[in-house]
Amino acid sequence: MTVVTGVTCPVCGTFCDDIELVVKDNVITDVRNACAMGAAKFLNYSTHRNLRPLVRKNGELVEASIDEAVKRAAEILVDATYPILYGWSNTSCEAIRVGVELTEEVGGVIDNTSTVCHGPSVLSIQDVGIASCTLGQLRHRADLIFYWASNPWSAHPRHIERYTMFSEGRFQKSAWRGYLSRLGGIMSRKRLRRAANLVLRRDVFATPEVERRLPYSMFQKKRKMVVVDVRNTRTAEAADYFLQVEPNKDYELLQAFRMLIRDEELDVSEVAGVPVEILEEVADVMVGCELGILFFGVGLTMSEGKLRNVDAALNLTRDLNSHTKFLIMPMRGHFNVTGADVVFAWQTGYPYAIDFSHGYPRYNPGETSVIDILCRDEADASLIIASDPVAHFPQKAAQNLVKKPLIAIDPEVTPTTLMADVVFPSAFVGIEAHGTAYRMDHVPLPLKKIVEPPKTCLPDTEILQRILHKVRKLRREQN
Amino acid sequence: MPKLKVSLLTGRTIDQGKGKEMGKLSKEYSESVVICQMDPNDMKFLGIKESTNVKVITDFGSVVLKAVKSARVPHPKVAFIPYGPWASLIMNPRTHGTGMPSMKGIPAEIEPAPNEKVLSLHDLLGQFRKEGQP
Ligand code: SF4
Repeated sequence: MTVVTGVTCPVCGTFCDDIELVVKDNVITDVRNACAMGAAKFLNYSTHRNLRPLVRKNGELVEASIDEAVKRAAEILVDATYPILYGWSNTSCEAIRVGVELTEEVGGVIDNTSTVCHGPSVLSIQDVGIASCTLGQLRHRADLIFYWASNPWSAHPRHIERYTMFSEGRFQKSAWRGYLSRLGGIMSRKRLRRAANLVLRRDVFATPEVERRLPYSMFQKKRKMVVVDVRNTRTAEAADYFLQVEPNKDYELLQAFRMLIRDEELDVSEVAGVPVEILEEVADVMVGCELGILFFGVGLTMSEGKLRNVDAALNLTRDLNSHTKFLIMPMRGHFNVTGADVVFAWQTGYPYAIDFSHGYPRYNPGETSVIDILCRDEADASLIIASDPVAHFPQKAAQNLVKKPLIAIDPEVTPTTLMADVVFPSAFVGIEAHGTAYRMDHVPLPLKKIVEPPKTCLPDTEILQRILHKVRKLRREQN
Repeated sequence: MPKLKVSLLTGRTIDQGKGKEMGKLSKEYSESVVICQMDPNDMKFLGIKESTNVKVITDFGSVVLKAVKSARVPHPKVAFIPYGPWASLIMNPRTHGTGMPSMKGIPAEIEPAPNEKVLSLHDLLGQFRKEGQP
């Protein structure tokens, strides 16, 4: 039995690097420090997996040798005129680099999951610029933490504990105690309410739509957290204050804050369902903080306004910097989606949605982004790596994706691998293969190899290299 | 039959995150994503109970899901579905020139569908067809 320390967790954008694993006979038997999501991955990763490459013959997926699968995949890519190569956010930077080379070779489009996640944020950052930082700074110094349209409790479970409210910083103390006492209050109120509902058959404790005053803790000189979201979440319950915004109204709310911070008058009584008095008080707290941070989630990029919502958020931070120090950061989802953007950018000049069909990289999201290409039904083949678009793309896009030849590289069995024509089971990067990944604040960290993969499961990098090699060979023969 | 107009949100839940890591074919995963979280008063309006099937309809498709009371209320006329193959069936694929489909704040209609079944993953994928195949 050995204990491996300092392991990075290849699941979410928080990319924790303090995981400890107990390994016995090439099997991970225990996980320390990880959250439920991370632990589920380390302990269950090998339960639903293919061990052998598969190739579709007469409508059925049948086992094949690696060489056969590589040959079939290379043929598909060489025959295609406009293939898309998509995924990348759950693999290593090394594999992504080979992916860019392969896309250039076959004259296709390469895109990563940013396109359906923080793509609009990237567009907006290109327009407006961003005042950001690393997470370590925030851990030690941030005294006002905003989570806007993001629910870290569910999507980035250890973010709050490691970098913000509940982290013990050098200059800012953890606010864990305050939360525990508040939680006690919330729980007993819920219990009372349930009892009252049962006995009296009416809701005497119904929470008012919006609390009309900020709680006392918002005015204390210590770490505080504000959550702005369209629905109440666990994260919102942990916050000192929760602002519930009406769906699709984030833009209005952000602009209202900008006006208040510039000392302009709002001549309405509420914005996006929030009374203006409340907004004024929150704006005062923003201006009065020492170091504020606004983390924003895909709630901004996926709702109406998309990149314009992010424009407003970036501009709000900019305005705030004429009064105090304020920073902003997107809550990136997958552990290496930031790395995918970074590698694409240093290889081609652009962060996602890159079209090589002219022989040189072109970038025009809305035209060269996968969802648009699929909805226009233009792609004639695809290679999907470490991602599951069949499950997560809108139906029309998914349908057009599966009807054309589809190559899937994934360690797991997913709806996408079930619908593919060639499937490569790969080694789990960060568990069975090493590499590099970028945390959401652009800090690169190593992915470790903890256990040996099954013999038939190669690392992503090697699978891609073999396909690339074969593609080059086929093209030489054709010429 | 009563119908309710809602604003539909999709997103992550911790169960979906855990289920995903257990494997996309696991029971945990499908159970975590075939739900539609609603405000209890909205459920009362539709005359349905916890776990009754409902049909969620948007301009882009419809899907049958299990209605559940959401833990944190009130959010009248707002319904939440975790990301997954079922939610994808009714998402708006239009990107408005950004590459990004609209997955939050979609206008939708919910109606009780106690007699309809929730599609299994197998049947759901069966709707997708390869070109040249029946
Ligand atoms: S927060 Fe994210 S990176 Fe950290 S242990 Fe949980 S899943 Fe892994």
